[in-house]
Amino acid sequence: MTKQNRALLSELVRTDFKLRYQGSILGYAWSLLRPLLLFVILYIVFVKFLKLGGGIPNFPIYLLLGIVIWNFFTEMTTQGLGSVVGRGDLIRKIKIPRWIIVLSSSISAVINFFLNLIVVAVFMIVNQVDVTYTVVFLPLIFIEVYLFSLGATLFLSAAFVKYRDVGYIWDVVLQAGFYLTPILYPLTLITNETFLKLIMINPMAQAIQDARYAAVTNQSQTIYQVFDGGWYQLIPYSIVVLTLACGILYFRKESKLFAENI
Amino acid sequence: MNQIAIKVENVSKNFKLPHEKQSSLKGKLINFGKKSGFETQYALKDVSFEIEKGEFFGIVGRNGSGKSTLLKLLAGIYSPTIGSIHVSGKLTPFIELGVGFNPELTGRENVFLNGALLGFNRQEMTEKYPDIVEFAELERFMDQKLKNYSSGMQVRLAFSIAIRAQTDILLLDEVLAVGDAAFQDKCYDYFEQLKEQKKTVIFVSHSMDAVRRFCTKAIYMETGKLTHIGTPTEIADVYLEENMELSLQNAAKNETPSLSESHKLTAKLKAQSKDSVSVDFTYKLKDKDELYIGFSIIKDGISIAELTTSRLNPLTKSGTVTYEIDTRLLNGGSYQVGAGIYRLKNSRLLNMTKNKLLFIVKGSDETRGGALKLADNWKYR
Repeated sequence: MTKQNRALLSELVRTDFKLRYQGSILGYAWSLLRPLLLFVILYIVFVKFLKLGGGIPNFPIYLLLGIVIWNFFTEMTTQGLGSVVGRGDLIRKIKIPRWIIVLSSSISAVINFFLNLIVVAVFMIVNQVDVTYTVVFLPLIFIEVYLFSLGATLFLSAAFVKYRDVGYIWDVVLQAGFYLTPILYPLTLITNETFLKLIMINPMAQAIQDARYAAVTNQSQTIYQVFDGGWYQLIPYSIVVLTLACGILYFRKESKLFAENI
Repeated sequence: MNQIAIKVENVSKNFKLPHEKQSSLKGKLINFGKKSGFETQYALKDVSFEIEKGEFFGIVGRNGSGKSTLLKLLAGIYSPTIGSIHVSGKLTPFIELGVGFNPELTGRENVFLNGALLGFNRQEMTEKYPDIVEFAELERFMDQKLKNYSSGMQVRLAFSIAIRAQTDILLLDEVLAVGDAAFQDKCYDYFEQLKEQKKTVIFVSHSMDAVRRFCTKAIYMETGKLTHIGTPTEIADVYLEENMELSLQNAAKNETPSLSESHKLTAKLKAQSKDSVSVDFTYKLKDKDELYIGFSIIKDGISIAELTTSRLNPLTKSGTVTYEIDTRLLNGGSYQVGAGIYRLKNSRLLNMTKNKLLFIVKGSDETRGGALKLADNWKYR
C-alpha cells in the first residue's frame, strides 16, 4: 500500500470513529459498555433462568466470546455493505482506490471488536478461567473470521450498488445465521450427527467453537472432533478462501462502474 | 519541450440508463426474459485530442455537451467504454472543491480529511495547516463544525486546501461559479500563478472572458462530440454563436404580445461584410404622419447606442428602412438589437419587434474591454 493510501485509510477510519458516537453523552465509552451490558443480560437469562450449558465450565464467558465474534461478523458486513453507497459523494467526484472505503469500514469494526475482547478478557480474569497454551491460536482464528467477513463484505458492498435488495436479504441471512450457528446453545444439544456436521461446515461455527476451545474451555466441541480429524474439516477453510476470492474478483469487476451506478 | 501530458484517443462513453429505475431484484424478476428497458445514452462520441505539457486547456460547451463526463474520464473516475486515455504525470484526482467535506466535523478535522484525499499524510498536513487557514481567512472558525460555516467560508476553505495539491496536471470544473468577486480575484491570481509555473491545466468554464484570458488552447463540445479545436478566441466565438442561436430559438417561442396590432414592425439582421451588419426594418403603419422607428444596440443589458428615423422624411404607409452598423467601432462580443415604433409627438412606444436580434463581433483583444473600440491614442509625455 502506498503512503498516500495509508494516510487516507487512517483518516477515513478516524472520521468514522469520530462520527460514530456523535451526539451521545458517553461517547466512546459505549464501545465498552455495550458488551458489558450484554454480558449481564446473558448471565441472567442463560445461567440464572434457563440454566443452559450445565456441563460447560465458565458458560457465561463461553457465550460472551461467541456473541462477540458473531457481532463482529454482523457489524463488519452490515457496515461494509453500505459503505460504498454511503460514500457515493467521494466515489462520484474523486479518484481513490475503491477498496479503501471497504477496508476503512472493516477496520472500524475491527477496532470495536478489540474493545469487546478487552471486556471478555476482563471477565476471564475475574472468573479465573484456566488459560492454557492453546490461546496462541486465537489470533489465527480471528484472522480467519476477518478474511471471511472481508470477502463477504467486498461482494455485498459491490452488489448493493446495483441491487438495493441485498441489504434486506442480508438482514435475513444474518438472522438465520445467528440461529444456525451454535452461539446461544451448546453443540451437545444437537444429537443428529448429520445436522451437527452441516452446522459445523459453516466457517463462523467452526471459528467460534475453535475460539472457545482455545481460550475458554476444552469442553467446546470443535470441528476436529465432529469430523474426527477427516479431510472434511477443511471445508470451512475452503469456504473462507472461496468467499474471499469471489469477493475480490467481483468487487474489482464492478468497481469500475461504481461512479456511474451509484 | 512540447511533451504530451494527456492523450485522448477515440474515446466514447455510453451510459446505460434504465427507463424506470429497477434497482431491485423484484424488478429484475418481474421483467425476467423481457428485454429490460435500458436506453443507452451516448455521452461522448469518438473524442480524440492531445494536451501538451504546460498548456492551459479550455473545454467549452453548453450544458449536457459532455464536458463533465470528459473531465471525469480524464480524472479516472469513469472508465471509457471505447478508446483510451494516456496521462503522463500526476493528475489531481478531484473535479470539484470540497469533496468529502463532512458537516459534522470541525473545520480543522475537515482540512486533514480533505488533505488525505489529496494524498497528504498527517505530518505533511500539520506543516501546511497554518498556511491553509491563513489563506482561507478562517482562523477564528477552525474549531467549529463545518455545518455552521456559510457556503462562502466552505468554498474558501476547500479552495485553500485544493491549491496545495502538488500535481503536474490540474482539473478545474466551474470553480468560478461560486464565491464572491473577491474570491474570484483570488482564483484568477492562482490561475496566473499556475500559468507562470507552466503547469498543465484543464479548465471547464462557461465564462468566455476567463477562457480568453487564461487558456492557450480550447475545444468546443457539442452533444458529446468534439466539434472544434482552436485558439481560445476562436472557441469563444463558436460558443457565443451557438448560444445566440439558442436564445433566438427561445425568443421565438416566447414572443411578447405586441402593444398595438395596428402598427407592425419586423427587423432582420444581415451580415454585409467583415466590417458591417445591416438591420432591415420592415413596417406597416395605420397612420403615417407622426411616427418614427427607433432602435438600440445593447451589450450585456446596457444600451450602448440609440438611433431613430425622426430626422428622415416621414415614414410612408409601409416599407423598409435599413441601417448599417459599422462593427469596426465595436469590441469583440455579442450584441443585441431592439427596435420599436414611436409617436413623434410624445415619444410614446406603440409597438416593438417581437424577436430578439443578436449579432457577434468576432475577435477579441485582451488589451481592451467594453463595447466601444476606441483608437489607441496613447502618447508618452
